[in-house]
Amino acid sequence: MKEYQTITEISGPLVFAEVDEPVGYDEIVEIETDDGRTLRGQVLESSEGVVSIQVFEGTGGIDRNASVRFLGETMKMPVTEDLLGRVLDGSGNPIDGGPEIVPDDRIDIVGKAINPYSREYPEEFIQTGVSGIDGMNTLVRGQKLPIFSGSGLPHNDLALQIARQASVPEEEEGDDEEGSEFAVIFGAMGITAEEANEFMDDFERTGALERSVVFMNLADDPAVERTVTPRLALTTAEYLAFEKGYHVLVILTDITNYCEALREIGAAREEVPGRRGYPGYMYTDLAQLYERAGRIEGKEGSVTQIPILTMPGDDDTHPIPDLTGYITEGQIVMDRDLNSQGIEPPINVLPSLSRLMDDGIGEGLTRGDHADVSDQMYAAYAEGEDLRDLVNIVGREALSELDNKYLDFADRFEEEFIQQGYDNNRSIDDTIELGWDLLSELPKESLNRIDEDLIAEHYREDETEAAEVSAD
Amino acid sequence: MSQAEDTQTVDEDGVIESVSGPVVTAADLDARMNDVVYVGDEGLMGEVIEIEGNLTTIQVYEETSGVGPGEPVENTGEPLSVDLGPGVLDAIYDGVQRPLDVLEEKMGTAFLDRGVDAPGIDFETEWEFTPTVEVGDAVEAGDVVGEVPETESITHRVMVPPDYEGGEVTATESGEFTVDETVVELDSGEEITMHQEWPVREARPAETKETPTIPLVSGQRILDGLFPIAKGGTAAIPGPFGSGKTVTQHQLAKWADADIVVYVGCGERGNEMTEVIEDFPELEDPQTGKPLMSRTCLIANTSNMPVAARESCIYTGITIAEYFRDMGYDVALMADSTSRWAEAMREISSRLEEMPGEEGYPAYLAASLSEFYERAGKFQLLNGDEGSVTAIGAVSPPGGDFSEPVTQNTLRIVKTFWALDADLAERRHFPSINWNESYSLYRQQLDPWFRENVAEDWPEVRQWAVDVLDEEAELQEIVQLVGKDALPEDQQLTLEVARYLREAWLQQNAFHDVDTYCDPKKTYRMLGAIRTFNDEAFEALDAGVPAEEIQDADALPRLNRMATAEEWNEYIDELESEIESQIRALY
Repeated sequence: MKEYQTITEISGPLVFAEVDEPVGYDEIVEIETDDGRTLRGQVLESSEGVVSIQVFEGTGGIDRNASVRFLGETMKMPVTEDLLGRVLDGSGNPIDGGPEIVPDDRIDIVGKAINPYSREYPEEFIQTGVSGIDGMNTLVRGQKLPIFSGSGLPHNDLALQIARQASVPEEEEGDDEEGSEFAVIFGAMGITAEEANEFMDDFERTGALERSVVFMNLADDPAVERTVTPRLALTTAEYLAFEKGYHVLVILTDITNYCEALREIGAAREEVPGRRGYPGYMYTDLAQLYERAGRIEGKEGSVTQIPILTMPGDDDTHPIPDLTGYITEGQIVMDRDLNSQGIEPPINVLPSLSRLMDDGIGEGLTRGDHADVSDQMYAAYAEGEDLRDLVNIVGREALSELDNKYLDFADRFEEEFIQQGYDNNRSIDDTIELGWDLLSELPKESLNRIDEDLIAEHYREDETEAAEVSAD
Repeated sequence: MSQAEDTQTVDEDGVIESVSGPVVTAADLDARMNDVVYVGDEGLMGEVIEIEGNLTTIQVYEETSGVGPGEPVENTGEPLSVDLGPGVLDAIYDGVQRPLDVLEEKMGTAFLDRGVDAPGIDFETEWEFTPTVEVGDAVEAGDVVGEVPETESITHRVMVPPDYEGGEVTATESGEFTVDETVVELDSGEEITMHQEWPVREARPAETKETPTIPLVSGQRILDGLFPIAKGGTAAIPGPFGSGKTVTQHQLAKWADADIVVYVGCGERGNEMTEVIEDFPELEDPQTGKPLMSRTCLIANTSNMPVAARESCIYTGITIAEYFRDMGYDVALMADSTSRWAEAMREISSRLEEMPGEEGYPAYLAASLSEFYERAGKFQLLNGDEGSVTAIGAVSPPGGDFSEPVTQNTLRIVKTFWALDADLAERRHFPSINWNESYSLYRQQLDPWFRENVAEDWPEVRQWAVDVLDEEAELQEIVQLVGKDALPEDQQLTLEVARYLREAWLQQNAFHDVDTYCDPKKTYRMLGAIRTFNDEAFEALDAGVPAEEIQDADALPRLNRMATAEEWNEYIDELESEIESQIRALY
């Protein structure tokens, strides 16, 4: 290991140093400052004679006399099953005062792409107990399903509720609970200390901490460290899933802060910026995070990801949600209007989507009527939403009887189906039955997306009459 | 990827000068543009993309972490090429034609390691070769000299490579051969094997390009019915995320009546490719009843696989497509998504510090796109036969905004445009192809085929549907203001007819066993049934029956079930006569 005192330039999070022997791309660097602190960084570009180094903890305190050490290896995460129950900082060092971590293995955090040929297609239903997700946008094991939210919306409550309630219905996998094969990895990037406390309190209150690994990069921690935190979290997740057989749920929050950090580094390197100043390789970079979800043939465990991102200005065409949506398998969208109506969780199902839903539901997985019911509710709710605009202009009286029923359906859908509270765990059966309750408000003939046999079996005959009477 | 050992001139090695992500600069490397090189101690595969003085810039197809200056660079002296021959079908490759199943075996892990190379076709397997020429026959470049049963449904035709001179056959026999054993000898001294190599960035030659007149029947009602594409045509499917691009591409790959399908997953999701890999071997080709996989070649370069290989996978795909075209087959190439390909170009270009064009894309974006789509077409081949390559590219515009450079440059080239619409997708109207925005410039040249093979009045019936949908779009604007009940009765009826067109005809459930594929004849009959309702309804209206009563006819909701009816001919016959009698009973 060679030491240099050859720093030539310090700019933002970057340090440039002269070297007289080759240094590998992505290698880890330690920089020792005059006051005895050791900062860590990573080689961003390596040319003959000069390297540029991105310093995780920020370049404050570094001067040209600081010494630079190249460790000769890329960044590794020390992993062991004992990480469960531990709280680490954004660079992977314990901050909970617990014992030192004795690693079983040290794994490169960049992660290798899973060979598409070796993947197993995800189709195991995860019951989150949230109707808006289970019923309408079903989550399956190995999926990456982000929450698109906005500032001030309760995305954290929803994420916590999912982490608490997520389970696989027992008839399929009886050993699931006793084996406690379920683990949660929580990767926080640039969240406030208050938000962090909220998460920690909930983890401690529900005893979830012992099956969790927490990585904390807070808002006042160095921004550059944020580019490492999710990779540490995902490396740990992959280890637990594919080496130790856990079903791992990874919650990453907030991807927006991560992307800001990418932009900061890109700007410091004077790269040609892409849309809105974000680097042109942001798609590839995000894909390298999100694609680390999935199942592998012949392996017990799985990695399921729920990244959270706050859309700047609630704009889903902003590069961050936009690129995310192109990589992830759907999205759960939080809605400001529903939130102000007091709907908990305020999930707007119309722009939400789960791409893996079709294969994860149905007979033997959830219920045979799940797909039809959810399709019909989508169509009916969309119809109701359209009519709301019209009502504002012409009033309810000008609408036909059927249109009025659609309006009632849309209202009840929000107030009864989506609204459930953060401590309410609904089984998939309850969710679908509730769906039938609502659909039975509409006349049978208008349920054109549901198989006739299913209508005959589930449609609540008397309720229509009741509804008709009350409408009269 | 092609094996390097058969090159005689392994040129002088170079030394790495600098590394930045997938872009590596080497000094003292004696290489030509686009030569394939092996980079670093691990021998990572790369391609020369710029030469400036003593420095050569290389894009590396694998992850470059840990690679540093001073490591060697070895030149193979050959451009990036693909291996062509029996064994390409039923295979699944990465962006530089390394078979993913072989990689898994060689690497011994489910994760993609570096520095492992594998040939695109197996050099050990013996194939059953039957010559179609005899000693004494004169053959030229492109001529078929023998056949190999490659998969259950496809016969592989062994051809004289396009860069051969040709001559008189001096020896040939049938039997079991590996791909690089000589199967035919010519008097010119040339020896023909079942294996050809072709540089991916160069189009394979053909005689002439012709006007396509036969549709690529997809079994998707909105495509066959309203916006057909020709065999040898080009199409773009742009749409925001979640609007169903991938499902549409999958449906085309499954049901289109092409002989061969090359599916390129370019920078998309890993799980999606896995779905294809798991589904296709189980699905049956509706034409032959054989597994779909036996006519399919998959190229999977997911979004987290190296970006340079994403740039090359489109070329790998189209070269394989051209090879099968040369055998006289109709090939369909699906590229999902060309935006990721363009972004890969942008990423490499910005690492090269090239002057950016619009939105940071390189200035040669338009040229690269048109070069790609121009390799599609219906061709008269070197050997006098005909073959075609149909290219269908998905486009993923940021924010669903069609005015961005990739969509715009694509639209200038392709003749079919299937615009996906987020609004339709939100209300679960699938396929969410917007019928007002989409177009096909092939309609007229395909009409004769439809008249002959489906129904004589196909173009007229289609025009009727288009007119009704257009009228609906106009009426909807009024309805938004005053409500439906304020419209005159005839317009209310039109809206009702349009609603059935949308819900019963345009919508199609890709996940329903029956509805997933719709025969063009069924497409026509379903449209006919809705038209029967239309004609009967307006006659009844003229006779003084109120629109509301007409719309309440019991049989009408059954129009929505036509799509899923298995015995559709009987079902529609019966339904039409019921609609007729029920509405006529009203007056």
